Amino acid sequence: MSTRHLMACHDCDLLHRMPAVPDGMTATCGRCGALLAKPKRNGLERSLALAVAGLVLFVLANSFPFLGFKVQGQVRETLLLTGIWELHLQGMPQVALLVFVTTVLAPLAQLLALVYILLPLRRDRAAPGMFQVFRWLRSIAPWSMTEVFMLGILVSVVKLAKMAQIIPGTAAFCFMALIFVLAACMSSLDPHEIWGRWEGPR
Amino acid sequence: MMPAARTAKSQSLVSCGVCHLLVRKLPGSPEPPGRCPRCGAALHSRKPHSIARTWALVIAALLFYVPANVLPITKVSSLGVVQLDTILSGVIYFIHSGMWPIAVVIFIASIFVPLLKLLILILLLVSVQRRLRWRPKDRTRLYRITEAIGRWSMVDIFVVTILVALVHLGALANIEAQAGAAFFAAVVVITIFAAMSFDPRLIWDAKESDDEPEHTT
Repeated sequence: MSTRHLMACHDCDLLHRMPAVPDGMTATCGRCGALLAKPKRNGLERSLALAVAGLVLFVLANSFPFLGFKVQGQVRETLLLTGIWELHLQGMPQVALLVFVTTVLAPLAQLLALVYILLPLRRDRAAPGMFQVFRWLRSIAPWSMTEVFMLGILVSVVKLAKMAQIIPGTAAFCFMALIFVLAACMSSLDPHEIWGRWEGPR
Repeated sequence: MMPAARTAKSQSLVSCGVCHLLVRKLPGSPEPPGRCPRCGAALHSRKPHSIARTWALVIAALLFYVPANVLPITKVSSLGVVQLDTILSGVIYFIHSGMWPIAVVIFIASIFVPLLKLLILILLLVSVQRRLRWRPKDRTRLYRITEAIGRWSMVDIFVVTILVALVHLGALANIEAQAGAAFFAAVVVITIFAAMSFDPRLIWDAKESDDEPEHTT
């Protein structure tokens, strides 16, 4: 039995004979319902374009004022990194590190890894260490929590609304856009397309 | 019903956890070649020591869950008045001030989700260890829920981070993070690792060993 067109479900190990899944369709496991493949038209190019857009938004989100806090005439402007630095100063380096990883480092690493893999792949070339980078990308993804951070912002704004006026800065809007770009970027990426390109005409 | 299910394991194949390439085990060898020939990831038919590892992490998370909820997570000082807040007292504050949607969000994300996650993992662990064949599809779905919801527990940590950054006005008003936040962060991280180390394929293994006589060795 050739394993060329076989695939095992990652959630229940059932073997599937995988037909070529048409773009825009999804293949799910017949036994446990896990998502097996979800190719998109031009998924690779789309993902690359979104990753580049994401990098631009990332730089903006980290350089402009994030949130402003206005109380009794005093205005305090903060960056995305301000809270992380404050936590560190208050003797909570572990928490500061966790927040740094989940809101800054992981999203950045995710975007860089995608660009590194996808840019050469567009011309059917594999970047050196592409598979290593892809493995990292897979393990980084669960730690990238931009959308959860956004909910945190909403809760904080409501909590402080009585006490002061909160002014969202340029960075906050860029960060919000980054959430959607990152989500779209990851969902247009079908790993099987990467392997397909890599294996090429063989 | 379905005929005896053909799984990768029953066909002496191992699916690479990263790139999903199927690799054949060498005849006579219980283990496949150590690494995936395509992507170089370590190959395992099932996640190694999945049950022991998940149990260890679940127990660790349960231990940390207590100080995370008992110790204060923030200290608010305003004009000389100091107030310590735990996760629960924060929820109660929101209810009292009429902001119940926020109270619901924090209660679900910080108290309900971590506990639900741990209970589901315990249920899955016990059912796998007892080789129960009970509703494998629903149990797999429970596992996927556990995997997906864990990250949302970080909301409270992010709220603390933002409050600490913004409310920094000297004697007028100041918010500081407290030890409870560190324990709570630990609970979130440990439960995420616990969900990662559990292997949902174990849920289905009990079924296979009954469906067809074991023909590996």
